[in-house]
Amino acid sequence: MNEDIKTFTISIYTENNIGLLNRISAIFQRRHINIESLTTSQSEIEGVNRFVIVVNITEEQAKKIVGQFEKQIEVIRAFYHTDEETIYQESCMFKIKSNLLFEEPQIQNIIKESNTRIVTVNKEFFVLEKSGRRNEIESLRRDLNVFGIMQFVRSGRIAVTKDEMKVTEMLLAFNNQ
Amino acid sequence: MNTQTAKKTKEVINKTERITGSEAIIKCLIAEGVDILYGYPGGAIMPVYDELYKYQDKIHHVLTRHEQGATHAAQGYARISGKVGVAMATSGPGATNLVTGIADAQIDSTPMVCITGQVFSHLLGSDAFQETDIVGISTPVTKWNHQVTKASEIPEVLAKAFYIAKSGRPGPVLIDITKDAQVSELDFEYKKCTGIRSYIPVPKTNPDKVKAAAELINSAKKPMIVWGQGVILGQAENELKAVIEKAGIPSAWTILGASAIPTSHPLNIGMVGMHGNYAPNKLTNECDVLIAIGMRFDDRVTGSLNTYAKQAKIIHFDIDPAEIDKNVKTDVAVIGDSKDSLAKLLPLLKETSHDSWLKEFKDLYAIEFEKVIKDDITPTKEGLTMGEVIRQINIETKGNAAIVSDVGQHQMIACRYADFNITKSNITSGGLGTMGFALPAAIGAKMAAPEREVVAIIGDGGYQMTIQELGTIFQQKVPVKIVVLNNEFLGMVRQWQQLFFDKRYASTEMTNPNFVAIAEGYYIKARKVVKREELAEAVKEMIASKDSYFLEVCVEKEGNVFPMIPSGASVSDVRLS
Repeated sequence: MNEDIKTFTISIYTENNIGLLNRISAIFQRRHINIESLTTSQSEIEGVNRFVIVVNITEEQAKKIVGQFEKQIEVIRAFYHTDEETIYQESCMFKIKSNLLFEEPQIQNIIKESNTRIVTVNKEFFVLEKSGRRNEIESLRRDLNVFGIMQFVRSGRIAVTKDEMKVTEMLLAFNNQ
Repeated sequence: MNTQTAKKTKEVINKTERITGSEAIIKCLIAEGVDILYGYPGGAIMPVYDELYKYQDKIHHVLTRHEQGATHAAQGYARISGKVGVAMATSGPGATNLVTGIADAQIDSTPMVCITGQVFSHLLGSDAFQETDIVGISTPVTKWNHQVTKASEIPEVLAKAFYIAKSGRPGPVLIDITKDAQVSELDFEYKKCTGIRSYIPVPKTNPDKVKAAAELINSAKKPMIVWGQGVILGQAENELKAVIEKAGIPSAWTILGASAIPTSHPLNIGMVGMHGNYAPNKLTNECDVLIAIGMRFDDRVTGSLNTYAKQAKIIHFDIDPAEIDKNVKTDVAVIGDSKDSLAKLLPLLKETSHDSWLKEFKDLYAIEFEKVIKDDITPTKEGLTMGEVIRQINIETKGNAAIVSDVGQHQMIACRYADFNITKSNITSGGLGTMGFALPAAIGAKMAAPEREVVAIIGDGGYQMTIQELGTIFQQKVPVKIVVLNNEFLGMVRQWQQLFFDKRYASTEMTNPNFVAIAEGYYIKARKVVKREELAEAVKEMIASKDSYFLEVCVEKEGNVFPMIPSGASVSDVRLS
């Protein structure tokens, strides 16, 4: 197994219960694995949550840690994938002083060229939103930074896999037992 | 609580009735077959104790002298009986005192349910009196835990708790119940849990893997088995014995696997690990196929992984998929229940014997006997040894006793030299190495199996960690036999200091109290042995006693446990001195 450190996206399908985040983060903490990003939301299955966690580890570590997740009672299935095996995005928001929008025509070009969306504009500030890969967001941040950013925030990665996730089948199999 | 997640069954044990949460807890315990529970009352669990008072003819509550004692007693109960042990405590300090026992049960896969009281739900998060986040604290050391804030949740959550604790790879479950959930009412109806959709306790054995394992075993010239507690937990002792005998495989055990196959079995080649036997450690690095059954390649078993059985093909039978390739890479992994997997393996095996290979073990045993064992169990020099005490206990109990040991030198000596004829007879803290385990665990073991002779073997250090449980033994009249092997040292740490820290005995020497007087203070019959001539008679008297009995044996102060694999060394570098 490859011993190189790589970026892995870990997907964990779980029951929606209080305390599960604690259980999952404890597994990372105990092994000194830093979480690059963590997102949790409803999944494609009603009542089932999905954690999407990005970590930089070896494949061997990824395999072992997924085993530890699957061992948790309320974890339905867990998977790890490389960047090549997933379609992934992040999202970001910028809050910028409104006068700059009119005084710096370059900003309008940046917005247009980067396909950034204007969420709101008022007298004091305007808010931009963009989804994309990390490098796109970073380059946008650098471009806008020149003019001054009041606030910047970026979400964790969300990702879907190219492969099928056989979680529904597993749940159906349980119901048909 | 998501009610869709637990499977409904038609088996309704009780018709619906309107009762309090506290009464529901007791009814759930009775429905799960709990006859004894161990605990300690306090503010936040008082309503449950009030119900226990009413149900005392159906369920026996044992008041331990500390909550840690309650968990270890529940563990001892579980380990000897295979049933779920139950411990109960109040919120705050009561709950935190359970944590050591819970961690011990987690790492040693012991089925246990802990019930803790919690402050009223409206006070949660307010730093209320005796409020502590026990669910948060116990998360990393429980198989599952849950906080109940509504009386109506109690039956389903407790049903899940027992199901999770005992199914698959067993473990501890903690259920925290707020006081308002205890005092408010619910419509009670109990259904046992038979499945949880996100949890596969017993993965199905893959017949192809069993076949691959059988082929490897059949082609092996020097096969060796190392079995662990998975055989005992899976009740696969007979299946293992049949496999060993049919394929003629020399078989060793981990500390928690001890007693699954009798000590006297000709293919039983002893214990592996840091203080295990010479032959199985040494020959781990000579075998061509290593068959691990229900064990997890703990670092105390493997020594350095870089030099562990590198020449061998590895077959790993385990119920827990997360154990496969965790420490040692396997060539064939058979995931599933040990009883089922071994039963499927048996017909595929060729009837064989490996006489010259087995002789290699016997030859190395002879060396170990000459250099270590002889002087340990039949010493001629002055000063009593721990080994000769174990030998006397073997003689008096004919190898039929359950041995409950604590942690340290005496534990290694007890596991090395005790004769085991009966399975589930070695009750010890393996993975966590919890000093103070033995005395309360022996109480639980004796209460779960009153027909068995239960002998606790404890060091003078560990004994004083839970010595208060003498009070429980006295009050409950538990006829356990307590042997303290007193070397006036924390012996194992001292041994390391001698070998690896140039004899700098930092904080390991103990000035001990009058142990006999303490035992007598609890009205327990007590005796102290300082001379070899007194030993046999004293052990005889102890075993013959119908009541609890305390025996202190003053052993040599600086005795060492050998063989030994130094920390981080290879199993084949096992030292005899």
